[in-house]
Formats: sequence, structure tokens, C-alpha cells
Amino acid sequence: MIRIRLAALLAAAALFAPSLAPAGTTLDAIRHRGALRCGVNTGLVGFSAPDSQGVWHGIDADFCRAVAAVILGNANKVQFVPTNASNRFTVLQSGEVDILSRNTTWTASRDATLGAVFVGTIFYDGQGFMVKKSSDVKSATQLDGATVCVLPGTTTELNLSDYFRTKKMSFRPVVVSELQQIEQAFFSGRCDVFTTDISGLAATRLKATNRDDYLILPEAISKEPLGPLVRRGDWEYFTIVKWTLFGLIEAEEYGVASTNVDRLKAQSREPPIQRLVGTSGDIGKSLGLDNDWLVRAIRAVGNYGEMYQRNIGPIGIARGVNAQWRDGGLMYAPPIR
Amino acid sequence: MFTSERVRAIAYQALLLAAVVGIGWLLVANTLYNLSTRQIQVGFGFLSREAGFEIAESPIVFDPSNSYGRAFLVGLLNTLRISALGIVGATLLGTLIGIARLSSNWLVARLASAYVEFVRNVPLLLQLFVWYGLITELLPPVREAIAFGDLVFLSQRGLRYAWPQAAPGWSAAGWAFAAAVVLALAWRALASRRQRATGAQWPVLWPSLGLLLLLPVGAWLAGGAPTQVDLPRLGGFDFRGGRSLSPEFIALLVGLSTYTAAFIAEVVRGGILSVPRGQAEAAMALGLKPGQRLRLVTMPQALRVIIPPLTSQYLNLTKNSSLAVAIGYPDLVAVANTTMNQTGQAIEAIAILMAVYLAISLAISLMMNWYAARTRLVER
Repeated sequence: MIRIRLAALLAAAALFAPSLAPAGTTLDAIRHRGALRCGVNTGLVGFSAPDSQGVWHGIDADFCRAVAAVILGNANKVQFVPTNASNRFTVLQSGEVDILSRNTTWTASRDATLGAVFVGTIFYDGQGFMVKKSSDVKSATQLDGATVCVLPGTTTELNLSDYFRTKKMSFRPVVVSELQQIEQAFFSGRCDVFTTDISGLAATRLKATNRDDYLILPEAISKEPLGPLVRRGDWEYFTIVKWTLFGLIEAEEYGVASTNVDRLKAQSREPPIQRLVGTSGDIGKSLGLDNDWLVRAIRAVGNYGEMYQRNIGPIGIARGVNAQWRDGGLMYAPPIR
Repeated sequence: MFTSERVRAIAYQALLLAAVVGIGWLLVANTLYNLSTRQIQVGFGFLSREAGFEIAESPIVFDPSNSYGRAFLVGLLNTLRISALGIVGATLLGTLIGIARLSSNWLVARLASAYVEFVRNVPLLLQLFVWYGLITELLPPVREAIAFGDLVFLSQRGLRYAWPQAAPGWSAAGWAFAAAVVLALAWRALASRRQRATGAQWPVLWPSLGLLLLLPVGAWLAGGAPTQVDLPRLGGFDFRGGRSLSPEFIALLVGLSTYTAAFIAEVVRGGILSVPRGQAEAAMALGLKPGQRLRLVTMPQALRVIIPPLTSQYLNLTKNSSLAVAIGYPDLVAVANTTMNQTGQAIEAIAILMAVYLAISLAISLMMNWYAARTRLVER
């Protein structure tokens, strides 16, 4: 009898033993699991949204596929975890996802207080307003007294109240944490204005029964550099993800695309391209990977230009500030050398 | 040594205590270690920082330049407001339906049964979405609001109603009403004492109503009979002036009340059925009318059985009010959610939430237990 009880106690203690072991690095966890856990939006067209078969599309989703191709060798080994505006950071902080690729604005307080770091900017955006054309509003300065639909816990919410305070106007917020609910509230007329990043406004307008009824006002009231985040402290992993992003941008600069990457790998003699595709230099090895790292990513999702064309093109936003620096835009990747 | 029962008992309890304390210490240490490696801030200092976000409705003045602490206070007041009104509404509706289910009228009884069975078995979140959808989709837009004269407007933006402008006459009337309530209760106590002593019944209902009506009116007249009313006027995007009830508030209140009323109906029905039939028959033999029988004989005895489960339902309603997050009513959980995201301090925000809900629930339990103690059978 005593032996049974002692055995039970020891078994209970043994159950807790695994949780006493120290946490390994993120790279080890990803390789051990065999998949990259990627936190995405619940359904923002152009960035991360599932289609009717449950396949995720969007520039953020594609970036996760690129990282999976780099680390695991297979772009399909991604588990997408939909998150809303309220739980996205908690999901990353707790370790439930390895990367948060979810149209998140890069701000100082987020870099400092969330226990996470931004890898870079994948899309330069700004905050805008969308109204119904029937309301006869042509500019954001005419919005005094309006009811505004906004997602909670976002930079949008803070910028909105800053803007109205500066312009000495007042507004009534309608704050719901699910994107689908808030779009519904705007379309049904519960609020006069919907505010989020201009790319999000364009994506939302696509869901309306009559797109021509809605107008995106011309003012962009803030800078919204959107980018992926990873947890702070895991520098090897952070460096790999950061250089995957820069590699995809630089690939577009030098004309390396999914259509020609294999040919360029076999034949190119130009030093910058050789470094990108891994035929010269040891950048892959210094990152802790093999020399094919960027080639895999480009083969899977294309370069930045192809990703943009495939995902953001359909929602009708021109390259604008997201063009390459040589074309007057802000996409400037530090050199891969 | 291990053969002694007492020694073994003490040893096992000591081991269990050590295990519980050990696990607790491990959890706390692990959390603090993780927080420090990821450089997430710890501590409640964020409560004095500027909030930066607007809150849709608030009983006290709130501005985005106020602190997070004040935002939490606004959330708490909103939660208390919806819980208090919900409890009142649910109790009234639930009692009516519970009694209706016992009615001898076949149709009334069946309707009440259908209501209870349907509402109890559909998840509350879905019911809240239905109520919210009904208000925002079925009601007309603001420009075409349903108007009741110039005073009340109903639209998908909620209920907008005229309210008297603040004046000394109205505050005097308010105080007079409070005084009238106290006086009416005092009169009732005096009358019942008189009845116990001598058997003579003094009229209670009409004098009370008279007090409640005449005293405030008299005070209003004395204060100068102010008639200025704050009328809602349509201008720009929405009505200005008057007071309003937002669709979120209405949907949450109606949803919570109807849902909890179904449960309270069953509790009340159980309480009434628990009173022995002999009591009702004796009351009939004494010549009491059915209404009097219910009020004077059945309900006081049924209350003993009703109060404890009723406490649970009140606690459920208070905690269910946190579903306000799903439809956009700015209660405590919604404010805490936003704060968690803006500051990254999830653990502190959740700790505040838990502490507040625990305090509210304990307060409700204490009050109901005190009331239950008063209705308990005093036995030798």
C-alpha cells in the first residue's frame, strides 16, 4: 500500500519534470517540430487571408513560407495561426507562434515593451479613412462628430484620437476586436467612417456589395510601416528572418525572380547575383544555413516584386512608396555580401 | 515509524503541501525569468501613463489624455452599470416567467416553457450577436430615425431621448423623491407594527403612491417649475443634444436579461413548487385571493429556497457581462484588452481583471447571504 502511494507520488513528480527543462532556441524548436508556426490575420485580403479551400494567401503569409523554405527547406511546412488585434502580441510572447507576420506597425513602444523585435518593413503604409459616398464627405477635416469604427489595441486607435484632438474635432468610437464584425458594422451603417491602414481599407472595400459606394479619403494621417516580428533574445533566428526579408527585396533589385533563379544559379557570372544565389561567398554558412538558403525562398514565393504583384496588386494599390529605391520608393535592402 | 497512521497522515500532508508550494514557486519563478529574458516590463507603473485611446461611453468624463488607471475605472463603472441593470431586469422578467409557467392558463404556461427551453439552450454569445444584429440591421439609419414626437428617436445608432436640462427645480425634485421613498418605507413599517399590535390595517398603497408623486411635484413647483428640455437635434452625422443609449448597451442589457431570466424563472418555479400544497390550500380556506395567496403565503416561504441559486445566477450575469467585448461595449474586459495590447503587460492587466471580478462577486455573494440569513427559518 505504501509502495503504491509512493509510486504514485513519484509518477506525479515525473510528469512535471519536462516543464523544468530550460527552453531551447526558436530554431531548435522549429526544426524539432518540423514546421514554422506563423501568426497571421484572420482575413485581411492581400496580407493574410484564407481562401475557400483554407489555403492562406497574402504577402505576410508568403513571407512566412519564405522563412520556412529558408529554415526547413520546404515552403509548405508552415502552420498558420489566425490572431485578432487583441491577442496577436500575447500569442507571440507566450511562444505559441514563432513569428508574427500580421500587418503590424513598427513603433518604438512595441520594440521596447513587448519582448519582441521587428525584423524590418515589408510594406510602407499610412492610416486613412473610408466613408460612404452618400455622406458627401470629401476630406478628413469634415469628420467632426462622426461615429468611427476602429479595431482596439492598434496604433490606428491611438492615431485616430491624436488626429481628432489636434484638429479639435470630436468623434464616437465603435470598438470591436474582430475584423469581420467591424467591417459588418461599417457596411450596415452603424458607423460613418472606417479607419485602418489604407491597404486594409482597400481590402475591406473589396468585400462590399457595391465598391463604388465607398470612398477612401485622400488624407494619410500617419506613417504605418508594417513588418514581421519575432521574440527578443533569439539573435540567430532574428538574423536569419531579417536577411530573408532583405534578400527578397535585393533579389528584385538585381532581377532574380522565381522564373529565372535556377538558370541564374547555374550560369550567372555577375558577383551580386552570385552572392544572392549562393554560388560565391559564404553568407549562407555564416547565417548557420547552407548556400541555397535564398534560392529556396525565391523559388517558393518569388522576389519582393513578385510577392507584391501577386498579393497587393489585386487590391489596387500602386507600388508608390513600396517601389525599389532606384525607382523612387523606400525599399532599400542592405547588400548581401 | 511509517507504520503509525498518524505519522503517515502528517507525512503525506506535508509532502502535498511542499509539492503545491513548490509548483507555485516554480510557476512564478519561470514567469519572471521569461519576462526578464524577453525584456517585457513588469509592474503596475503603466497605470499612470496616458491612455491615448477614446472610450465610446462612460458615466464619468474620460479623455484620451487621461491615464490607463482612469480608463480601467471607466471600464469598471460600465461593468457595474450593466450588471446592476441586468440583475434588476433579469429578476423582474425571470420571476414573471417563473410564475407564468405555473399558471393554470394553458397557453401562458406553454409559452413560458417554450421561452425558457429555447433561451437556456442557445449560447449567450450567439444571442448577443442576434440582438446586436437586430438593432443595427433592422432599425433605420440615423437620417431616417423612427421619431416619437420630438422627444424620442430610435435608429440603428441607438435610442436618443430628450432629457430635462439641469435646473435647481429638478435636483430638488430628485431629493424630494428620495425623501418620499424613505417616508413611504417608514409608513409601511409603522403600519405593519400597528397591525401586529392591534390588528387594525392602515392603508399603505395609496398613501405611499401619493407621497411618491406629490412630494417631488411639490418640490419641482417650489423650484420654479423648470420646463427647459434638452432636445436631440439631427445635425451632421448624428443627433446632438439629449441623452442616448447605444445599441451595444441595449443589446447587451436585453441579451443578458433575457438569458439570465430564463434560468431565474426555473429557480423561482422550483422555489414555489417547494412550498407544501397544504399551505396554498390553507390560504384558500382562509379566503385569500390568488394574488394575495402568492404574495403573503407562498413567496415568503419560497424565498428561502430561491435565494441561494439566485445568488449564483447574479454572479453568472456579472461574469457574462464580459462578453461585451464581442459586441463593442466598453466594459472592464474590453478596456483591459486594449491596454494589454498597447503596453504589452498582459499579466498585470489580467491580474487586475481577476481581482476586480473577484471583489464584485464576493460583494454580491455577501449581500445575498445576508438576505438569505434573514429569510431563514428560525428553529429552536
